[in-house]
Amino acid sequence: MCGIVGLFLKKDAMRPQLGDMLTDMLITMTDRGPDSAGIAIYGEAVPGAVKITVQSDTPDASFAGLADALSDALGAQVAVRTISTHAIVTVPAEQSARATAVMEARGLRVMGSGETMEIYKEVGLPRDVADRFGLRDMGGSHGIGHTRMATESAVTTLGAHPFSTADDQCLVHNGSLSNHNRMRRVLERKGVRTRSENDTEVGAAYISWRVAEGASLGEALEGTLKDLDGFFTFVAGTRDGFGVVRDPIACKPAVMAETDEYVAFASEYRAFADLPGIEAARVWEPEPATVYFWER
Amino acid sequence: MAVTLDMAKLDLREVNTALQSAAKTHSNDAYLIENPRGSHAMACGLDGALDVTIKGSTGYYCAGMNKEARVTVDGSAGPGVAENMMSGIVTIAGDASQYAGATGHGGLLNIKGNASSRCGISMKGIDIVVHGNIGHMSAFMAQKGNLVVLGDAGDALGDSLYEARLFVRGKVKSLGADCIEKEMRPEHLKMLAELLERAGADASPEEFRRYGSARKLYHFNIDHADEY
Repeated sequence: MCGIVGLFLKKDAMRPQLGDMLTDMLITMTDRGPDSAGIAIYGEAVPGAVKITVQSDTPDASFAGLADALSDALGAQVAVRTISTHAIVTVPAEQSARATAVMEARGLRVMGSGETMEIYKEVGLPRDVADRFGLRDMGGSHGIGHTRMATESAVTTLGAHPFSTADDQCLVHNGSLSNHNRMRRVLERKGVRTRSENDTEVGAAYISWRVAEGASLGEALEGTLKDLDGFFTFVAGTRDGFGVVRDPIACKPAVMAETDEYVAFASEYRAFADLPGIEAARVWEPEPATVYFWER
Repeated sequence: MAVTLDMAKLDLREVNTALQSAAKTHSNDAYLIENPRGSHAMACGLDGALDVTIKGSTGYYCAGMNKEARVTVDGSAGPGVAENMMSGIVTIAGDASQYAGATGHGGLLNIKGNASSRCGISMKGIDIVVHGNIGHMSAFMAQKGNLVVLGDAGDALGDSLYEARLFVRGKVKSLGADCIEKEMRPEHLKMLAELLERAGADASPEEFRRYGSARKLYHFNIDHADEY
């Protein structure tokens, strides 16, 4: 079991409330996934720059001097914003790969990167994870969260969702994939790299690979139905929105709600209970083997 | 005058304890539950006549194991609504999620909206009326009772069916193994007319097609002995 939540705002005026709304939804899903929690939040872009989210178990030591070291290595101004075990490192877009290599050489774990996406995930109860990162105060256009009850890999920071395998793309998953080892090897041969033993990361890498090969997000999600074996309800985030797909058996729950102000996704209706106007919202269960997405 | 229980003030266990105690006295009192917020296992295990209305949507296993009570959800219901129901009436004003009425032995489950996958799986005597559509694998291994669908049915309807009767007014995407269309006889039309009336459904029995078991799967065929 795991819990998934997602919120896509249609009105810019609501953007400052995104973190607060999403945090309530996430905490409600604690009993579906008390091991770890994570969130991908799509906030403000810095023109010409990429934000890289990195994590360390020893943040004080690891993040000290990081800005200077990166600025020296890249020959450009680098901003580092530390939040608990994570740091958001803003680098010039063309230096993103170089900066990632420098940080990985320093033993930092890369959670994700993108123009607008930031990823925060840790082991622990969703409430504690949300508090640690101050998720409530974060604004943005849309966000995806996950509460994890581990099945396919260990309870670690790297095993927590969301998984990001390309700029501004991320994936959360309720279920388990049974052909992930084989698919990991298939993707490896195509030069697609994964960082963990986790099944969901392979799903994320598959979608990123398909998009990199020219598929639309819809086509990539459609492809999961053919190429990934197992149980899944997936929510995939991109810079412009999010997509949802469930496997044809559809035993992993999913419910959606839409109003003039937002589109919300959750594993259970409980997560919607505090959303504004939910009483009048259109609420429905997404069909099996059917791709849904919302983009701005 | 209904007794109101507000879940903004009471927790689930307090509400269910109050309902279960009232059901046991067979008081047939009316209860109104406010702010259910999608809670799990609401109004489950009621063992006696009682009238419960839940104002809002419920989560997993609402009205499970219901006996004699009338439970109405004024919203949508999560997975497993009225699971293993024995008797009484459970009404869902909105949609029901997967495996609605699973293993139900008796009573009426009346779903005004759609039901998703596996509706009536392994049903054992319950009557289920769905005013909208039902999802795939509905009535899988259904043994007894009636599943009536005013809309369409998804893939693999009635797979591995035993003796439950299935009536669908709309399209059936596909029939499951050993499920076939059968003739509608006068006794079926009569039974269906009564059931539609009980469910307040605006439909005429003649509009439905009946599906049932070909009975080839659950009788052992001696010619197949070598295959085992």
